[in-house]
Amino acid sequence: MKRPLFTFFFLFVLLSSAWGALSFPTLSGRVVDDAGILSAASHQYLENNIATFEHQSGDQIVVVTLRSLEGTTIEDYGYQLGRFWGIGQKEQNNGVILIIAPREHKVRIEVGYGLEGVLTDAQSSNIIQSIILPSFRSNKMEEGVINGTNALISVLGGHTLSISPRPHSLNPSHVSSSSSLSLFSPLILFFIFFLRAFRGLSNPRRGYGSGIYFGSGFSGGGSSGGFSGGGGSFGGGGASGGW
Amino acid sequence: MSSLGRYWWVIVLGLLGLFILSGINTIPTLDQKVQAAWSQVENNYQRRMDLIPNLVETVKGYANFEKQTLTDVINARANATKVTLSTDQLSNPEAVEKFEQAQGALTSTLSRLMVVSERYPNLKANQNFLALQSQLEGTENRIAIARRDYIEAVQQYNTVVTTFPGRIWAWIYSARPKPTFKATEGADKAPTVKF
Repeated sequence: MKRPLFTFFFLFVLLSSAWGALSFPTLSGRVVDDAGILSAASHQYLENNIATFEHQSGDQIVVVTLRSLEGTTIEDYGYQLGRFWGIGQKEQNNGVILIIAPREHKVRIEVGYGLEGVLTDAQSSNIIQSIILPSFRSNKMEEGVINGTNALISVLGGHTLSISPRPHSLNPSHVSSSSSLSLFSPLILFFIFFLRAFRGLSNPRRGYGSGIYFGSGFSGGGSSGGFSGGGGSFGGGGASGGW
Repeated sequence: MSSLGRYWWVIVLGLLGLFILSGINTIPTLDQKVQAAWSQVENNYQRRMDLIPNLVETVKGYANFEKQTLTDVINARANATKVTLSTDQLSNPEAVEKFEQAQGALTSTLSRLMVVSERYPNLKANQNFLALQSQLEGTENRIAIARRDYIEAVQQYNTVVTTFPGRIWAWIYSARPKPTFKATEGADKAPTVKF
């Protein structure tokens, strides 16, 4: 009777030692709000947005908020989390993770090998400095996460943000996070429409294997069940910031 | 009875064959992994090298920027370009050490350059400089990770080469343990370059 329990314990020890001292949250969907900073509406909104983008491009984006960095740097945590989850498709390594660590006041965009050419370090840094951090600094966490994610989708879709040395907010600062959803939506719908219309015309890097999906749970529509990484890997591309 | 004797021979031969088949590819496979991990390290160092001329050009444009800091970076880069390490030399501790020194010198002169640039507000507002700065940060992070991956690959290789049954194969292949990087850079130090 004791045996299965012992085996389980042994396996657990083995697994936890294999991944060093770090533990990672469960990949419960495209949005993993471990720190609990997102409302149900924002969670759903982000999930839908990312799912739609993933269906069109094949690129996997995951937004994660962490309870703790467990004493390490966000750069160190980020690439290991990315490899652990295997975000992005295996052959293309086209995964991006937006990591927010509210306790340590750190944010990072972790970019998979395959997307480093589109979402350059400079672009990632720019999204963080000029879009995410201004919101975070005025304690509008949801606004920062949503605008940051939308900017990621935009850049991955082939748009270039100009580099602005002075941080500025995309949205007027009086927009509260609850009303911001209704404000973003038309913009996003337009953007999605735009993407849908122009995908395939540009982007030579997606010449082959553009629609490879792993697993069966990619039905979109906001259902987070069954989402899993495609086995993509990370090599430290991206940028970080703090507030 | 004689058929039983033959039967046992088959088992012994089978086990021997299994042993040979199971181990014959291990060392070459791990060796390939080490080489692949090494080329990642090399790529990222090269990537950093490629960023420097642009960086120097951008910084040079700012009047009275500390000449000495710039010269140090240029010299360190020139030196690092000369010291290369091919995959055949990975088992040579002196060659590895020399490579480490050259790249390490470049790392410290570069971080010095970034610290000094803090004193030039105009430079810090320059778009080109900002882009280069984030690229350099990203590259330093990539270097740290590639080094850790390399250290891991070498450890795996060395474990197999120095333990049974890999030892037998190591003797057959005349494979020796490889020297690895010192873990000082990257493993315990944060990969972020704080400018």
